[in-house]
Formats: sequence, structure tokens, C-alpha cells
Amino acid sequence: MDRRSFIKSSSLVGSTLVIGFSTVNQEVSANPSELSNPWLTIHADNTVNVLSARSEMGQDVYTTMVMLIAEELDYPIQKIKVDIAPTDPKFYINELLGGQITGGSTSVREAWKKLRVVGASAKELLVAAAAQKWNVDPKDCSASNGVVTCKGKSATYGELAGLASTIKPSGNPKLKDPSQYKYIGKPVARLDTPAKVRGTAKYGIDVRQPNMLVASLAQCPVIGGKVKSFDDSKARAVKGVDSIVQIPDGIAVLAKDFYTAKKARDLIQIQWDIPNNPAMVNMSSIEESHRKASTAKGAVVGKQGNFEDPIQGTAKQLTAEYKMPYAAHATLEPVNCAASVANGECHVWGPIQFQQGATGAAVAASGLPESQVHIHTTFLGGGYGRKLELDFISQAVAISKASGKPVHLIWTREDDMTHDFYRPFSLHQLSGGLDSSGKLVGLSSKMTSQSVTARAFPPFVVNGNDPFMNEGSANLTYDIKNWRAENVIHDPGTRVGYWRAVSNNLNTFAIESFIDELAKEAGKDPVKFRLEMLDKQPRAQKVLKAATEKAGWGLKRSNNHFLGVAQTECYGAYIAVVAEVSMNGDIPKVHKLTCAVDPGIAIRPDQVKAQIESGLLLGYSTAMKNKITFNNGAVEQSNFNNYPLLRMSETPQIDITILASGDAPSGMGEVGVPLAAPAIANAIASATGKRIRSLPFLA
Amino acid sequence: MKLNVNGKQVDFDGDEDTPLLWVLRDHLNITTPKFGCGAGLCGACTVHLQGQAIRSCSTPASAAIGKKITTLEGLPANIAKPIQEAWIAEEVPQCGYCQCGQMMSAAALLSSNKNPSDDQITNAMDGNICRCGTYSRIRKAIKRAAKSVA
Repeated sequence: MDRRSFIKSSSLVGSTLVIGFSTVNQEVSANPSELSNPWLTIHADNTVNVLSARSEMGQDVYTTMVMLIAEELDYPIQKIKVDIAPTDPKFYINELLGGQITGGSTSVREAWKKLRVVGASAKELLVAAAAQKWNVDPKDCSASNGVVTCKGKSATYGELAGLASTIKPSGNPKLKDPSQYKYIGKPVARLDTPAKVRGTAKYGIDVRQPNMLVASLAQCPVIGGKVKSFDDSKARAVKGVDSIVQIPDGIAVLAKDFYTAKKARDLIQIQWDIPNNPAMVNMSSIEESHRKASTAKGAVVGKQGNFEDPIQGTAKQLTAEYKMPYAAHATLEPVNCAASVANGECHVWGPIQFQQGATGAAVAASGLPESQVHIHTTFLGGGYGRKLELDFISQAVAISKASGKPVHLIWTREDDMTHDFYRPFSLHQLSGGLDSSGKLVGLSSKMTSQSVTARAFPPFVVNGNDPFMNEGSANLTYDIKNWRAENVIHDPGTRVGYWRAVSNNLNTFAIESFIDELAKEAGKDPVKFRLEMLDKQPRAQKVLKAATEKAGWGLKRSNNHFLGVAQTECYGAYIAVVAEVSMNGDIPKVHKLTCAVDPGIAIRPDQVKAQIESGLLLGYSTAMKNKITFNNGAVEQSNFNNYPLLRMSETPQIDITILASGDAPSGMGEVGVPLAAPAIANAIASATGKRIRSLPFLA
Repeated sequence: MKLNVNGKQVDFDGDEDTPLLWVLRDHLNITTPKFGCGAGLCGACTVHLQGQAIRSCSTPASAAIGKKITTLEGLPANIAKPIQEAWIAEEVPQCGYCQCGQMMSAAALLSSNKNPSDDQITNAMDGNICRCGTYSRIRKAIKRAAKSVA
């Protein structure tokens, strides 16, 4: 499947067009006194604007991607003004995902070469302009910190920008040797910190437009249900209600403030037309149907040796079943979106992870051509994959169109919790075989779960293989003589979405827990047992050794604390985590998570540290407490009282070692998430002898 | 009704049950108090009422009549500056959505306790959720700010 047809045919995207893009071709500059391309503008006054074409949701693309340009341009990074890019897949496509989209820890990986070339191309033109101006050889010129110099002459980039804009770029500029880096790998202050601390950073919820009303939307408690009939007479009587409109997903009340809109919305009596058979959608039937589905042959997504029957003839065999619960994204900024459909134009403002999809959704909901649709991305108050979805964009546009007014749709926390696209439930069946020396020589892992991709990007599921379900299994780091990883797709009638680190969370919990079970069966230390299978994986060995050494693995402990370990490869990074746990009866307390990570080149080391810490804590807190459950098709959790998020008092100590290598940078936004759960489970087993095979720990 | 917000008298003619959060955000266009849960569970909406940290999403406007309401925008410089500088120095925010509320809780703490212990920091901050998990940096920033709060 080529990416273009993927995007065009995707149901999440709607109708949009991707065309090819060469980052080094200059846009025709509107102002001949400037050097301008789609990412970068150098003004005559020597100020520089860079566009950030990936959504900033905490992961720091706002700084790290700009660093790539600043490095090769060689311009003081703190003086660069960063703006969020408009929607234009022609320029801002993410080649790794095939659209203008932020996800999958791809932003920096995809930008690594591309944006350095953008910076280097601009520098090449500035040097060429200087050479032309001074009639010297470009080789004798050097460009640094926004100034080109040559034999006693100097000019700022701004002074050269106009002339530079008339020169054709080579398309193949020389990139710096890493030894020349000023920013990459060095301490650079995060560029969005001041605005976020002063409270001037604008999130989706802060969008203000003239005459904009707030909308609150009543949706069916069972996702997908439609309005059969409704009585809004009481709602209309509420003082301050502007209007009430029906859209495909429900009934929206518009008012000057959120409180009034919500209060009136709660007074509307609605009969719902509920889809499918919601009585069948409850946790016992969901689990049962997955187990039944799991007997089918699935897609084989990883294999080695005798993969048909990996444990055949082994000396000792073990099987186990693991399961993972549904989880909600629960971004702290609830789902919201502002839209204005008027005078043949549609504007959308919001916390959007998928600009290209947003365009398609707005085209469909407004009925206007793509050329009249304008998507404006704000900062995101958390994303984790929730804001890749387009439901809230379609809704806001539909409400504006139906009411004829500019609106800001704001979901309540309860709306957000009950109408998410959940991390799917998963069932994992594992079997392993040891040889007579206790070495793991056969492993099969089979995941049965709902496919997010089958809903969101159906053409990407080929022969029953959803590539996003393979994460954490197909990329197994262990070299096992006979091995099979297999997936079965099963749709139990729920709505699922990509959730930070996606299937890594699911597969890694099952596999890394089971590896510990096998180590115990083999009578071996879990670290030694793993290292035996990592001969071909120096980076995995390195982080495993570093994390366990730092955590004091194997040292005698006097405090009734127990350690558990897990390791994996995730989005190009290698990571190992040791959890230090004590037990109070059946209740585990996590004291410390010690982590070592090899991110390849650590572009901004403090960002690596912050993201790993954030990921570890999300993985830890979700594993401890969080599950979404369905009853008669409706989600039972509603707010942070019954879906509790991590608080300061529950936060364990975190120790992170970054072992940067010369390899290409990996994605950092998600890699921290998957390992806390298996490391904690392994520590609990070490403390109690009891193996926990389903989450959350505090069920 | 008349309300005192950041030292200014303002009029609000809406429903007196309207939570303070929506008076501030939707009527006065003060956007640093954020909406997170609507139930006093996450602290994103934290403002000061008579100098005490309160959850504006679950405090009706009528409860604020005759009292001083302070948001991050109106926090006195002698407390705002050290806190914001510490937040920048420790590079606390990731997505940043909760941080205005976090700083307001920290400001209430440091106004009454210039040298809080770890436990006192935890107690004061435990009502503020950070989904990005920046708690260790928040703690460090409070300790840094404490050194320069006059």
C-alpha cells in the first residue's frame, strides 16, 4: 500500500490530497528582501521565523525540531520565533505516517534529515549570496550565529536574505559533522516554557473569536447511538440559552458560557436509537468473545526457526495467559474544538494531532471545498493519541453550520471519559520451552485484540495484520531459536484508539512478565536469563546492564524491598527498567523506578529525561489503578474519582540514565510507558511468589 | 453581582450558581484557570479566594462576593516572580496545561510557609494533577522559589 492511497482512502482522514514535497525547494518569496521556504523565513532585520509542523502536546517538538534547523542554519536558537504551521500536507507531510499528523513517536525521526537539510540549504544560500556580493569564493566564507564572514567582511543573514532568495539551492547541502554541533546533544532551554509558565500559551480551550458561543453536546451514553426523538422545552427556558441544534452525534446547546450551555443540555430529554446490541457489550462477554476468537489462526508477524511449533521437543514447557484492560487517554485538557462556518469559509481552531484528517472532517461536516477550510492548531493540553481523532472536529463544525454561529464545543470530563477511543482490551497466550540447560529455545506469543487501524486506517490492515498490533512482539529483542509472534483481530463492539505507546503496552507487559516466569522455571536470575538471549543486541545489553547495576540488582537488601526488571526496544530506542517494590499484604508500593535508555542521538538530553520520566509515570499509574469497563455498551467510569490519575504523593523516585549513542535519534514521546508495568509485576512476583497476569494491580 | 477579581471590581449578571471558573473564563476572558474535571478533583482551575487556594470549577460565584479573587494574572509580583522564575529554571512544564493551577497552589503554600518541608509540599500540591507527571520538577521548583520568596 503506498502512502498516498493510504491517506486518500482512509476513513479517519476524509477526502484530502497528498502531493510530493521537496524540503529544499524554495517557495517563491512574497518579499524579495526575505529568504523564505515553507519551514523557515529569514527577514531583512535578521529575525528568523520557524514553523513547527507537528503538534506540541508536551513532547517538546516545538524545541527539538527547531533545533535541527537552527543547528545547520547556525543561528542563535533562543532568538528564533516559532509559530505553529498551517495545514498543508504538501509541505508538512510526516513521511513515516503518510499525512500531516503527529503520533507514533515519529516527529523527530522523520525530521532528522529533512529539517537539517532545510537549515543547511538556507545557510548554503546565504553563503552563496555573500560570495556573490563580495565577489569571493564561497569556500572562503563561513556562516555562524546569524552572520556570514569572509576576510574581514561580514553581513548578517538578514542583510543577505534578499540576495539569497534569488539563488537556486543545490538540494544537497553539506551537513555538519556531529563534532561541530552547537545545539544537538547540548543543553538548550525549551522554547515554549516561558509562555506556559506565564499563562500566555494558548490551548484549544483558550481559543477566543468574536461572538463565539460555547456549545455543550449531549451524546448517547452508548457510543454511536443516534437521537430518536427529544424534548428541549425545559432547556430552551434556561436564561442565557442562545440556540439548540441537532447534529448527527446528538443535541447541542449554545450559550455565552459553558455553565449555562451544560445546565440546559442536562434538561433535554432524549430518546436514543442505540446501535448493535449493547447488552452484549459488557466485560464478561468481551473477555469471553476474545477467548473464543483466540482459537483461530492469526497473522504471523514475527518468526524464526520452527515457528509452526516453537516449543516442540523442548525439555520443559510453560504456558500462561495475560490480559490488559481498556484504558482512557484522559488528557487533562478535555476534548474541545472551536469552529466557524460562515460566508463560504470554514475555520477550525483546536488541540489537533492530525491536521490533514481535520481538514477532511471539516470538509465533510461543512460541505465546503478543501480550499475554503482552514485548520488552526493550538497547543495541546495532553494528546496521547486522543487528539488524533476527528469526532470533536466534525461535531464543532456541524454545530457551527447548523446554528450559523461561531462555536466552541467543550466536552465535560464525563463526556471525555465516556466517549473516548480506548486503548483496547487484549488477551495474550504465551508458551515457552526451555532446553535441558534452562535456555529459552522456543517461544510463541499470541495477542487477540481489537484493531484500532481497522477502524482508523483500514487499508493498512493487510491479511489480518494490523502493523500497530505488532509493536512489542514482532520486534522482540531476544534471539530465540524457534519463535512465533501472532495476532488475532477481534471486534467486540467497542471503540478503540491509539494510546501512547499503543501495543507496546500490551505485548510488552505479557512478554516481559512471561520471560520472568520462564527464568524462574529455569532456575536462573532474570537478568542473566535475558542476557543469554541478547548476544546480537549490544544496545539492549547495554541498557539492561546499566539499569540493573544502578538499581543494585543482586545486592542484598535489608528493607523488604524487591526488584523486578523488564527491557524492550520501542520506536528505535532501547530501554530497561527496574522497579523497586515492597508489599503491604497484597498491596504493592512502588518506591523507585530505575531506567536506562539508549535513544540513539539524544537531541535535547533534558527532553529525553523529561519524556522518559513522564512515560514511566503514565505507565506506572495506569498499571496501578486504571481500567475502563463497559456495562450494556456504556462506559462505567466518569471522572477522576473512579478513573484516578497519578498525584504527587503517589509518585515514586525516578532514576534515569541516558546512554546516548551515535545511532539516528529514536522517538522519545512514548518509549517510557510500556516497561513500568512488567517491571512492577516482576518485582511483585519476586516479593510474593505470586504472578499477576492482569492489570491494574490495585483492581 | 459585584466581584473583586485581581484587585478590580467587576460586574457579573449571570446565574449566581455559575462556577467561578466560568465567570473568569467565559465572562472576564481570564484564561489561566483551566477546566479539567468540573468536580474539584484535578486542580487545573485553582485560584485564590482571600489568599487561599480553591477549586474555581466547584465554587459558585455567589460564594466569592465580597472576597478577593486572584488568578495567576493578578498574583503579586513578590510571589509570582520567584515562582515563575523557578518554574522556568527547573523547566517544569511539558504540555503545561495544569501548570497555572500548580503555580497557584504553590503560591498559596509559599505565602503562608516560606520554608515548606517535603511533606508540606506534598500536602499542598496533592490536589493538583499533572498528567505529564512533572511532580519531581514541581517539587524542585517550589524549593527553589522558597529561597527567593521575600
